[in-house]
Amino acid sequence: MQRIGVFVCHCGSNIAATVDVKKVVEMVSHEPGVVHAEDYQYMCSEVGQAKIIEAIREKHLTGLVVCSCSPRMHETTFRKTAERAGLNPYMVEIANIREHCSWIHKNMEEATEKAVILARAAIAKVNLDAPLFPGESRVTKRALVIGGGIAGIQTALDIADAGYEVDIVEKTPSIGGRMSQLDKTFPTLDCSACILTPKMVEASANEKIHLYTYSEVEKVSGFVGDFTVDIRKKARSVDMSKCTGCGVCQEKCPSRKTPSEFNRGLNTRSAIYTPFAQAIPNVPVIDREACIKFKTGKCGLCQKVCQAGAIDYEQKDEIVTEKYGAIVVATGFDTIKLDKYDEYAYSQSKDVITSLELERIMNAAGPTKGHLERLSDGKHPKNMVFIQCVGSRCSDKRGKSYCSKICCMYTAKHAMLIRDKYPDVNVTVFYIDVRTPGKNFDEFYRRAVEDYGVNYIKGQVGKVMPQPNGQLLVQGVDLLDNKQILMEADMVVLATAIEPNADVRRIATMLTASIDTNNFLTEAHAKLRPVESPTAGVFLSGVCQGPKDIPETVAQAGAAAVKAIGLLAKDKLMTNPCTAKSDELLCNGCSQCANVCPYGAISYETKLINDHGIREDRRVAVVNSALCQGCGACTVTCPSGAMDLQGFANRQILAEVDAICR
Amino acid sequence: MQEMINRAKELLSDGTVNRVLGWRRGDMSYNPEPSYFETAEDLDANFVYNGFCGANLSKYMIEGSKLEGKTLVFLKPCDSYSFNQLIAEHRVDRDKAYIIGVGCMGKLSFEKIKEQGVKGITNITIDDANENITVETLYGEKTLAYKDCMLERCHVCKGKEHQIFDETIGESRDTKDADRFAEVEKIEAMSPEEKFAFFQNELSRCIRCNACRNVCPACSCRKCVFDSTKFDSAQKANVDSFEERMFHIIRAFHVAGRCTDCGECSRVCPQGIPLHLFNRKFIKDIDEFYGEFQAGVDPEAKSPLTSFTFNDVEPGVTGGRR
Repeated sequence: MQRIGVFVCHCGSNIAATVDVKKVVEMVSHEPGVVHAEDYQYMCSEVGQAKIIEAIREKHLTGLVVCSCSPRMHETTFRKTAERAGLNPYMVEIANIREHCSWIHKNMEEATEKAVILARAAIAKVNLDAPLFPGESRVTKRALVIGGGIAGIQTALDIADAGYEVDIVEKTPSIGGRMSQLDKTFPTLDCSACILTPKMVEASANEKIHLYTYSEVEKVSGFVGDFTVDIRKKARSVDMSKCTGCGVCQEKCPSRKTPSEFNRGLNTRSAIYTPFAQAIPNVPVIDREACIKFKTGKCGLCQKVCQAGAIDYEQKDEIVTEKYGAIVVATGFDTIKLDKYDEYAYSQSKDVITSLELERIMNAAGPTKGHLERLSDGKHPKNMVFIQCVGSRCSDKRGKSYCSKICCMYTAKHAMLIRDKYPDVNVTVFYIDVRTPGKNFDEFYRRAVEDYGVNYIKGQVGKVMPQPNGQLLVQGVDLLDNKQILMEADMVVLATAIEPNADVRRIATMLTASIDTNNFLTEAHAKLRPVESPTAGVFLSGVCQGPKDIPETVAQAGAAAVKAIGLLAKDKLMTNPCTAKSDELLCNGCSQCANVCPYGAISYETKLINDHGIREDRRVAVVNSALCQGCGACTVTCPSGAMDLQGFANRQILAEVDAICR
Repeated sequence: MQEMINRAKELLSDGTVNRVLGWRRGDMSYNPEPSYFETAEDLDANFVYNGFCGANLSKYMIEGSKLEGKTLVFLKPCDSYSFNQLIAEHRVDRDKAYIIGVGCMGKLSFEKIKEQGVKGITNITIDDANENITVETLYGEKTLAYKDCMLERCHVCKGKEHQIFDETIGESRDTKDADRFAEVEKIEAMSPEEKFAFFQNELSRCIRCNACRNVCPACSCRKCVFDSTKFDSAQKANVDSFEERMFHIIRAFHVAGRCTDCGECSRVCPQGIPLHLFNRKFIKDIDEFYGEFQAGVDPEAKSPLTSFTFNDVEPGVTGGRR
């Protein structure tokens, strides 16, 4: 029988205002095994912890139940407290009477009853706890960054700067990401390429950084400190070691009808292409779907004109397997599809464009060489309408519930740049709210309104109607004047909501990193661990975690790098002892547990088993505790109940259920 | 049958196999039982194969695999699925078995015969064409159509192809004349209260004899959770009807994705509980959620419940079935 001490925390008034803590102490003190019960205002404080240590020593406690906040907050704290008093840290159970009880209830009587029940469950579990001892695992001193946008580049640069090897895997032919598509950046209006290109060059020149462009992460196994990753290097059809980047192949390529991804499909590119002039590496790829040689077997022009002999039609995808200690996800974003917003006539008129398309139009390397013109007839627009929150802050299921965060600022930027360069253009912005928190952000927006005469109208646009004369009729509402507005426009720009890159689900699944309902990667703690994924060793950089502008992305990229460096700096990691264990006498050797194990931690051995006097060779499951992450998938799959999770044994969970149902 | 005996004797005498796993004449003509045969004399005198040989012999090969040398095992088409599933679970050793796939004309149910109002049965004979059976009773003879006396599982037969064999003997007959999931669909259409009442009624007859578990090829655990002292579920007294319900529901969960729908559970139930309905509901759900899957077709195939694909339904996330 255990000698259990129960410690009930008030958490100031967080718990005590809703739960009668004295009553909880009184009720649990009669539970089997409980020899000590007390309450205190802040159990996690030094005084609170001292009370626990004193009780362990004086009452010779063998197990603890702390009724407090979520174990995610303070389980580690109290385990360390127990350890300081000489108790095995895994003899501590937390009854979460804050998040699971006081915060969600109003009635004190009911909340108190529930707190007692939760404490009883934890007591029942401690009664069956056994001391556990962590093992050790090694750390591979190399990091992987998935995504080569500004977030990934910055993270890689920072990790490399600390002296660690780092690989960037980028699925497109060049690093640079979304930022490379932007024309100018707010709030200082620097040219995006001018500030990004040096970083791209730095990343490619840094000998600690290895770039895998036109590559994708195919498979991830292992765990914190020791991930094994398969990277698929898609066939470029161009030998990177031979290509000089002269560009002749692209000039001569006769297949020129593929929409340019980089220019958001506003113009076309050749089948052999580098996405943009500053691309790194400056080595083209052949788009095999578009290439005439691959489609019909006839052509081969690029091979003929290539002086370096770099074109290789036979090249095949290559799988590279590499080991990493840490993985940083920096998969970025895309704009949402607008097929559910047909009221804005995006699909009906070439002159209704997204803001990202406007970036390309404004850019000197874009489809119009930087001239503001209508894509339908090339005419210079006189009236432009910007519509904010297209798909953002959406209460119905068409769009996103969140604010995309960057649109207010880039629209102010677009409006200002247009008014500055083309003072004859009238610019109107329809908005729900203008949100410009951030250093020098509101001043920036005020300049657009006050110095540049941009016409801001609070209200939404209901419909954009293309007219036979090529004009766009915009029907909106001015909420401040309380009147309907019907205005003509030459171009309409939609501040389209952003969403995580479509690949993120696949990548999150591979990494067993959790994602929220909007497909943003979840942080380990929304406030206190914002750059870590709940999966150990996986860190988050940039918009994959939530909407962000460039300064925020760069800041988070650095923070993710620091967390990764902190991990890589360690030689060994303590492993979680709450791992699965197989009872050889019960194991059927049926392999079902191995089939479901996401970590490849289960293997089989044929062993001589002495089953109560019957000696025979049996095929039995063996768990590699260094690989096991304690997910428990095997324990629920095992039909004979041979597989069990240490620290969360089936019996313990049933004992908790029994205690709750008592 | 004679062909099977002759071939078995050959394989015994040339040393290919050390023993034969087949069906032995029982006390009555309608209850042959699974048995080993080690001599030609025993085979001649006692081996039997007819419409009453419903027993699935694949599970006996778990122990058979541990014996010296090879065992000749006769498997009906539906038994061969179970054997493959046991290979997938590493419970039988393929190399220890010499498999003769035997033909099947559909198997008979003693219960079905009694249901037709026949009492005082003393003997049953089957005609050569397997068209009719003659029941001798204390009150005279009665002839019944073979088809009317078949097990439920034969009316929804998975087909007469053997999934695994070294050689085959004998003819088969297509017996499928009903939809496999019709019964399940009928229950699915019930209201929750009706479903509860239906199963309450069926399972209330359970006497916990464990016959369903003991015969089930998927219930092949070395130590069943219901027998192990490690779990609180072990051999609890039947304090209330809840206990039987849980036994059968837990059993259905344990065999989900592995059950080949061989129907042995229902065949052996002395209380006539249609236990196969639980398993078939799981099979139907698996088919609907993850695409059609038949356990035991391919021992290398991944079971949908123990494998993951990106297209898997996520009922919890989408809030619906699809």
